[in-house]
Order: sequence, then structure tokens, then C-alpha cells
Amino acid sequence: MATKTSKIKVQDLKLWYGDFQALHGLDLEVPEKKITAFIGPSGCGKSTFIKTLNRMNDLVENCRIEGKVELDGKDIYGSKTDINQLRKKVGMVFQQPNPFPKSIYDNIAYGPRTHGIKKKAELDEIVERSLKQAAIWDEVKDYLDRNALSISGGQQQRICIARALAVEPEVLLMDEPTSALDPISTAKIEELVSQLKQDYTIVMVTHNMQQASRVSDETAFFLNGHIIEHADTRKIFTNPDQEETENYISGRFG
Amino acid sequence: MGSKFLRGLVYLASAITFGMLGYVIFFILINGVRYLTPDLFAWKYNSSNVSMMPAIITTLYLVGGTLLIATPIGVFTGFYLVDYANRKNPIVKAISMATDTLAAVPSIVYGLFGFLFFVTFLGFQFSLLAGILTSVIMALPLIIRATEEALISTGRPIREASYALGAGKLRTIFTVVLPVAMPGILSGVILASGRVIGETAALLYTLGSSTNLPSSVFSSGRTLALHMYVLSSEGFHVNEAYATAVVLLLFVLILNGLSTLVSSRLSKGGK
Repeated sequence: MATKTSKIKVQDLKLWYGDFQALHGLDLEVPEKKITAFIGPSGCGKSTFIKTLNRMNDLVENCRIEGKVELDGKDIYGSKTDINQLRKKVGMVFQQPNPFPKSIYDNIAYGPRTHGIKKKAELDEIVERSLKQAAIWDEVKDYLDRNALSISGGQQQRICIARALAVEPEVLLMDEPTSALDPISTAKIEELVSQLKQDYTIVMVTHNMQQASRVSDETAFFLNGHIIEHADTRKIFTNPDQEETENYISGRFG
Repeated sequence: MGSKFLRGLVYLASAITFGMLGYVIFFILINGVRYLTPDLFAWKYNSSNVSMMPAIITTLYLVGGTLLIATPIGVFTGFYLVDYANRKNPIVKAISMATDTLAAVPSIVYGLFGFLFFVTFLGFQFSLLAGILTSVIMALPLIIRATEEALISTGRPIREASYALGAGKLRTIFTVVLPVAMPGILSGVILASGRVIGETAALLYTLGSSTNLPSSVFSSGRTLALHMYVLSSEGFHVNEAYATAVVLLLFVLILNGLSTLVSSRLSKGGK
């Protein structure tokens, strides 16, 4: 196996919602330009954890975080971090497709406009490139001024992926991106994700174990706010070290 | 059997509602339209033509002035309550309760307050200014409430999407949340203007009831509703009061039509 460099390095991360501790001292390294999948039963902390990587948990009241999350060796919870720049670098796709109620074009152009790109030609170019990257250009190129809410859920989710790619992130976080979609849309998105790893570091939360085994390079198994096991996906699904992992992937709980 | 009975009740209830509304409109039109003479729209009021022209213009002044002050304050308060304040903070709860209470206070109380505070204490006399400020206090809770509800109903997902792209709070609010919330906010503003247009008790003590066109914010005047009230209570010009009611009705209809038009336009656009 090729040598890998870590894009994100998490050390002893603890997180509380009020008095409830949701994450208990997690350590994890996310390899660059690979797909890392988080699996585990509901409420195990995987979604909470993924949101600490672009500081979306800052929006949650009473949420307290301790520990270190380094992106390219810099602590994102340090006092010098510009949150908006961080979120530009670490993009996110959510569980429910959440396009803005604007035209498809304006959805994609929103991010670049936010970061100061105003020229029409440049925006046109970004919109086309992002939609192509998200494998939806051919389906929507003639309807760019149509409201993004008027297309199907699967297409909306790919619009959301294109929107995230338009700001040229380095990392893409995906929080159960296909759980609200039909099997065909899911397949399309899985294929898309596999292609995207050439250029992006991808972290994906999924409830669907087949999905994790199909698309990811590494898998981390979460349980009750702990990472039980983190290894090559093939190893996790064929020969896990921990009994809990074995139980989970063989469907004995969760 | 039971469902048929229920359906009957529903039909009956809606028939009563529409029937009453229809009857009121019909009654006003029958009694008012034939007294709509050119004289009633003369530029200057005198006791023989009882023109409502000054009242129409005063109404526009009053509603315009009220919205000019109350809309920004109300909308920003709504934004503060939803997007900035901590919902569990006791001060925020107090503000919410205060707005709800204000919305339920009878208008005569506002009138008395306006009279004591603006007219007497601040020395504005019976004036457009005193009338506008009093109406602002009445309009504010409606606008705040509507803004709050509209903002809450836009939901978390589109806000998260915007933040996740690296947009700040202001950009998120103005370019993503506001366009979505606009129709709701606007309907609150329309509701507020409706309340001000229909108001008499609060204005009688603050705006006064001068029949002249106000020449400045410090001169007294009367709105259409007030004009109608005075005409009918004096008893000499009941027919003209009905004619005034027709115009008032038209005002409200136009306002409603306009709001529907504007909100459908707004919810389409937004970059």
C-alpha cells in the first residue's frame, strides 16, 4: 500500500452537549485523497464528530469541545482560525438535500460570490466545472435558471455537492449523503464520490454498511462516543480486531 | 352518517363566515355607492361638501410614516430574537412576552398613552407626528411577530448550507434567509397597515380630528376611518359616511391585492 499522508489529525477530542458527553476522547487520522467512512449505530457520535471537523458544532448552543483537530498541521480550534476560511477549505454535504430556494446557477455561484468572485465569465466557468464534477451538468445545463427545488431529490443532492465543490475545498465532509435518496440516485452519488477522491479528501458518515464497504478506503467504527476500531475498509469488513465491530457488521446490533 | 353531519357543519360554518362578510360588503356598497359624488373628493373640506380628500391623503401620510418607522425596527427586532439572541435568555423571553401583550392591548389604551406622552408630555399637540408614533407602537408587535414566525419557518438546513460554504452571519441572513422569509414578513407589514388604517380610538386622542390637510408633521388631521366615525356620530352625514366606507373598503382590497402580488414576485427572485 502506498504511503499516506494525513490531512486531518484528531487528538483526544471530547465534546459535551450541556452535561451530556457525546464524544469521549477520540483520536483519528484522516488520510489525504482517500475516502474515510464512519459507521456505527444511531446516536454513536459519528455525525457529531464529522461536524467538529468544520466547526459546524459552533452553531449548537451549549456545545463544548476539548482536544485538538489539526488540518494540515494547524489546530482549527486555535484562536487564529478564521471559521469562514476553514469552512471554505472543508466543505460539507448534508443528509437532507438542502439547496437554497434560488436558481440552480445561483446555488452554485453562492459560494464563489461569498468569497469575492464577481465576474460573470468567471462564475459561469465555475458553475459549469462544478456541475460537471458533480456529474449533473448534462441533466441541468439547459435549466440553469430553474429553481433548484423543482428538480428531484437525487439531483438536488448532486447540486448540493456541486455547490460545495464550487468553493474549491480540500476536504469534503458528507453526513449520510444518500440516506434520503432512492437506490438509483444513491448509486450515482457513490460513483461520483469514488471519482472525487482523486482530488479531494472525503469523510463520509453512513448508516449503510454496504455503502461503506463499496466506496471507502478506510473505515472507523463508532460506538457510544468512542472509536472502537479504525482500519482499512477490507480489514474491518472481513477480519475486524474487536468483537463489537464484528457484532455490528454482522448485524447483531445497531 | 357522522362524517356527513360533520361535513354539513363545516359547510354551514363557512357559509356563515362568507355570508356575513358578503353581507357587510353588500350592505356598505348598496348604501354607499350612490352617494359617491365628485363633491366628496373636492380638494378642500367644508361643512357642505364633507369632502374626504384630506382624509384620504392623511391616511396615506399616516400609514406611510408608520411603516417607515415600524418596519425596520420590527424586522430587525425579529431578526435579533431569532438569529442573534439566545432563546433561553430571560430578557429574550421578556421581549417575546411584551410583544404578545402589546398586540392584545385595546387600542384606546394606546390612545390614552399617546395623548399623555406624545401630545401632552412631549408637547406635540394633536398632530400627525403624535398619531404616527402611537400607530408605530401598535404596529410593532404585529411586525415583530410576523418576522419571527417567518424566520423560524425558514428552518435550519438552508442556514447550515450557507455557513458550511464559509458565509458569515450577515450574508446568510440577507441573501439566503431574508428572501425566503420575505412573504411572511410582508404579510405582517400589511396586517399592521390594515390595523392602522382601521384605527379610530387611538388616533382620536393623538392625531386629532382636524378636517384640513396636514401642512407639516405637527398639524392635526383625520384618517378615513376617523372621518367616517366623526361623520356618523355627528349624525348629519350618515350617507356620506357610507360613501367613505366604500372608499375605505377599496383601500383595503387594493392593499391586499398588492401584497399578494409583491410577495409572489419576491419569493421567486433573490440572488
